[in-house]
Amino acid sequence: MISVTTVRRPARTMATQIYFLEILKGLLITLRHFFVNMSRHVLFELGLSKEPGAVTIQFPDVPAMLGNRARTRHRLLKRDDGTPRCTACMCCETICPAKCIHIVAEDSPDVQIEKRAKSFDIDLGLCVFCGYCVEACPVDAIHMDANDVELSAYSRKDMIWSMPELLGDKKKEAHR
Amino acid sequence: MTAAWPLLKVAAALGFGLNVAGLLAWAERKQSAVMQDRIGANRAAIFGFKLWGLIHMLADTIKLLTKEDFVPKGARKGLHGAAPVISLGFALLCLAALPFGGVVEVAGRSWSLQPVESPVGLLFVLAMLGLGVHGVMMAGYASGSNYGLLGALRGGAQMISYEVCLAASLAGLLFIYGTLDLQQAVLWQGRHAWGILVQPLGFLLFVTAGVAETKRAPFDLPEGESEIVGYFVEYSGMKMGMFMMTDFVESVVVAGLVTTLFLGGWTIPFYEPHGALGAVLMLASFTVKLFVTLFLLMQVRWTLPRFRFDQLLHLGWKNVLPLALANFIVTIWAVYLRSRL
Repeated sequence: MISVTTVRRPARTMATQIYFLEILKGLLITLRHFFVNMSRHVLFELGLSKEPGAVTIQFPDVPAMLGNRARTRHRLLKRDDGTPRCTACMCCETICPAKCIHIVAEDSPDVQIEKRAKSFDIDLGLCVFCGYCVEACPVDAIHMDANDVELSAYSRKDMIWSMPELLGDKKKEAHR
Repeated sequence: MTAAWPLLKVAAALGFGLNVAGLLAWAERKQSAVMQDRIGANRAAIFGFKLWGLIHMLADTIKLLTKEDFVPKGARKGLHGAAPVISLGFALLCLAALPFGGVVEVAGRSWSLQPVESPVGLLFVLAMLGLGVHGVMMAGYASGSNYGLLGALRGGAQMISYEVCLAASLAGLLFIYGTLDLQQAVLWQGRHAWGILVQPLGFLLFVTAGVAETKRAPFDLPEGESEIVGYFVEYSGMKMGMFMMTDFVESVVVAGLVTTLFLGGWTIPFYEPHGALGAVLMLASFTVKLFVTLFLLMQVRWTLPRFRFDQLLHLGWKNVLPLALANFIVTIWAVYLRSRL
C-alpha cells in the first residue's frame, strides 16, 4: 500500500514578502532564547535552580554523560565464584574485523569448562568499536559497557589492555 | 584645565570607543552563546579569575600583537600598511563628533560634554564613515590578490550603495530638526519627542543601512570570514585585528548615531540634568541607550542569514532608497502643511 503525502509549501504572501514582519518574528525567537537562557544562568549561578542555562557538558571538568546504550570500552565479566567467564573459544578473536583481540588459551582446572584464557589482550588502538565480539560471545563474557571514553595513551603499546585490566582487577596505568 | 578640556574630551571619546569595541567582541561571543544554548568562551583565566570569558579578549589581543606581520610578495607595501590605519582611523574620528552629553555648569563655568562642537557634526560623521571605504578598497588593491580585490569590490559597491541610503533615510529627520548640529538635534528631541516616534520608518531604514555600512552580518559579504574570502585575506596579526576593530568601532558609531538622532541622545525623559550629577546621568543615559542599540544590532546579526550579493544591492537600491525618498517627501509635505495651519 503506497500512500502519497503532498507537502504544501507555505505560500509567499505579502506579509512574508515585505520581510520586515518575518525579521521581527525571528528576533522575538532569538530574544526569547536569550532571556530564558540568561535567567536560567543567573538562577543556576545563585544556586536557586538546578537547571543549567546551557546544554553544554564541560567534558574534561565533569564526567562525560553517556547514553544508556553507549558502546564504550570492553569489559570482561566474571562468574559468581570470581573466575573469568571467558572459555577461550576464540569466537571474538575470529569475528573481530580489526584483529585487535589476542587470546592465549590454557586448560581450565574445572573439567566441565575445559578451557580458559591465559591471556586476553585487546588493542584499543586497532579496535573499531563494532561490537561484534559482544555478539559472538557464547558465554556472555565480554561487554562493551565500561562507560569509559578516555582511552588515550602516549604510546601504541599502552593502548593494549590486558586481562586483569579488562576484568577490573587492575587499574590501567598510563605509562609515559 | 580649560585649554586641555577639548583634548581630554576627544581622548575620552576615543578611549570609550575603543573599549566598547573591545567589549563588543566579548559581548558578541557571549550573547550568541547564550542565545544558542551554549556557554561560549570561558577558558582563559588570570590567577583563576575567568570573569565570564572577558580574559579571552586580553589573550586575543596578545595573540594578535605578537603574531607575525606577514606582507605577501606581490603586495604594494606602503598601501598595504596604510589601509588598516585609514580604515580604523576614520571610524574612530566619527566618535569625536558624537554628543555624549549636554552642557553643564560646574565650578562657575559651563562644560560641554560633546568632544567636538560643530554646527555640521552630522555631515562630519557621515563623511568620515564614507571615507572608510577607502581603507577597504586600498586593502583589496594593495594585497596583490585577486580574491582580496574581489572582496574589496564587493565592499566598495555595498558601502557606497548604503551610504546613499544612510543619508537619504536621515533627510526627513533633518528637515524636522532643522539642523545638522547633533547637539541641537538632541535638544530638539528633549523639547519635543524622540526621533523614533517622529520618524519610525526612517529609524528602520537607517538601522538597515547602518548595519550594511558596518559590513556586519547579515551584510558581511565584503568579509565573509567563514566561507567567501574577503578584502583582508592577505592581512595577518594586528593589521587584521585593526580591520576587525574597524567593524566594531563602526558599530559603536552607528549605534551612537541611532542613539543621538532617534533615541533622544543623552536626554532623560521628565528630568532636567544639572551640575556634576547631571553630567554623570547624561553620560549614563547615552551609554545605556548605546548599549541597548548595540545589543539589538548584534541580535540581528545572530538572527538573520547572510544576503546574496544581488539581493543586497536590490534591497539597497530598489527598496531602502525609494522608501527613504518617499519618507522624505511625505515628511516635507507634513512639515509644510503644519506650517500653513
